[in-house]
Amino acid sequence: MSPITLIKISLCALLRNRMRTFLSVLGIVIGVAAVITMVAMGEGSRQSIKEQMTSMGTNAIIVMPNWNRRGGVQAESSEMLEEKDVIAIRENATYINGVSPMITVNGQAIVGNNNSPTTLSGISADYLKIRNYEIEDGVMFDDAADRMAKVCVIGQTVVKNLFAGENPIGKTIRYKSIPLKVIGTLKSKGSGDFGQDNDDVIFTPYQTVMRRFSATTNIRQIYANSIGEGYAEKATAEIMTILKERRNWTKPTDPFRVFTQEEMIQMVTSTSDMLALVLTVIAGISLFVGGIGIMNIMYVSVTERTKEIGLRMAIGARGRDILMQFLFESVTISLMGGVIGILLGVAASQIVKTVMGWPMIVSFASVIISFAVCFATGVFFGWYPARKASRLDPIEALRYE
Amino acid sequence: MSNDLPILSIENLRRDFKMGSETVHALRGVSFDIFPGQFVTIMGTSGSGKSTMLNILGCMDKPTSGHYILDGEHTEKLSRDALARIRGKKIGFVFQNYNLLNRTTAVENVELPLLYNSEVSSAERRRRALEALDMVGLSDRVNHLPNQMSGGQQQRVAIARALVNDPVIILADEATGNLDTRTSYEIMMIFQELHRQGKTIAFVTHEPDIATFSERTITLRDGLVKKDETHEMQDAKAAFDALPPPETYD
Repeated sequence: MSPITLIKISLCALLRNRMRTFLSVLGIVIGVAAVITMVAMGEGSRQSIKEQMTSMGTNAIIVMPNWNRRGGVQAESSEMLEEKDVIAIRENATYINGVSPMITVNGQAIVGNNNSPTTLSGISADYLKIRNYEIEDGVMFDDAADRMAKVCVIGQTVVKNLFAGENPIGKTIRYKSIPLKVIGTLKSKGSGDFGQDNDDVIFTPYQTVMRRFSATTNIRQIYANSIGEGYAEKATAEIMTILKERRNWTKPTDPFRVFTQEEMIQMVTSTSDMLALVLTVIAGISLFVGGIGIMNIMYVSVTERTKEIGLRMAIGARGRDILMQFLFESVTISLMGGVIGILLGVAASQIVKTVMGWPMIVSFASVIISFAVCFATGVFFGWYPARKASRLDPIEALRYE
Repeated sequence: MSNDLPILSIENLRRDFKMGSETVHALRGVSFDIFPGQFVTIMGTSGSGKSTMLNILGCMDKPTSGHYILDGEHTEKLSRDALARIRGKKIGFVFQNYNLLNRTTAVENVELPLLYNSEVSSAERRRRALEALDMVGLSDRVNHLPNQMSGGQQQRVAIARALVNDPVIILADEATGNLDTRTSYEIMMIFQELHRQGKTIAFVTHEPDIATFSERTITLRDGLVKKDETHEMQDAKAAFDALPPPETYD
């Protein structure tokens, strides 16, 4: 039997039972649409987290104290970072081309009657390079010349909140009663998908924070920049070695934790990946149930058309002709469901994106895989009923009422 | 006619059915030949083995023992697929209850056997189906659905379907069983016309009346041939004309 004839016979049979065909197709449509949407949701949140992390700077490395916690309580005082660590890394590391401490102070920045609840970050000039910030107007402070100087560089949100369109360069911000002179503004970086604003920042020399604001010699975090992609591992190992050597460290546990960009992305995305996986599996189960629906309807169809099968066999159809006919019907149902489901899934993803503002990404791979899974579903669930049909005895089948 | 080789030859055909612990002997050694162009009736009461006979002649069942040679081909040892091929190419079936596909037009029903023959193109298929419908006088019912036709018309579609693959033998199973006398005679007229054109026909029935329209009657009884006689063929057209006119209701 030619393929065209086969297609014709199967389509005719499906059209003869429109309602039944529609309902079996619907089962697959719901399954596929759910899978597509769930995968889009997972992929979207993954991408948005990644973008956000990348906006920090692609080669960024962060060093933090290795808090040794038990039951949520700090059990053991941990080794602290200090300025000498920053200097040691800057002077000795070969896989690093920028390093900056990070000390933060929380408070209100005030100019006249305006105020802004912006965190004050004490950094060194390298920080701009590490986090991909650029100067829009004015200048960045210099580590040596502006050590402990009461100057600051501010982001666009702060400009908007405190200066309302005026040029802020040369003006003074009061932060915890200490006046800081604005010497530069930063280009806008926009906000991440989780609502944190990369432009709501005030940068000042770290020595200024250490001496004038928090009276401490401890540094919370050190940011560094590896010399390029692929050097992250070497750079982290090198930093760890430098920090241990300075302290003659012999304990088996590391005194600090050093994260690369990649590791940070993995840490943050692992939870959302798990959630996406669970949702996708649930959606996959609904696709499976749709497949069972096809199998059920094919069984009914075979039983109902026993006489037709008998006749076809009597006039020359071989077992495999009958098998192909029914298999083709089930595959047609599942592929129709697949196509409609994919369209519906893509549409649903767009609606969620527009209405709820969630990041949704429909990947080409998920579409192709869904389609392939539909085909497999049709063959898998259609096989048994079709084989049953193909093995009928023509005499018995013709006698069937 | 007896100079020709038989188109169909059965020899000492036996068919047993196992029913639980019992064995039923449906056919107990049947032998006969049918020659090309013959119009044969196979007669018998229910339980005589005529259905079993027909199933074997139609290559839908295999004998327990004995030989069945159709058009020079031994069928006893053939596989399921090979038997399907023979059914598709050498046999034309006409059933008691027509067995047309619902919601499928007359011409598509007639085309059906050719669908399973990949040598026939779709244009050729349509042409032959229309030709067959013309032979049974249904050129004006080509696109009608079975439920839009009378029983006689449906049976004629079924006959066209049996003709379309140009079989070596037409097997009819109680083909007039569901029809009234007038329509039965009309159908027999078609069979006699096919006989005149040289078709070989084996017609299974339990009505002696219908058997008179053929030229030879093989009577089965308890799984054996009881009688095999050649006789005068009664003209179906004359019998039809002799019937009282159908009652009309005004």
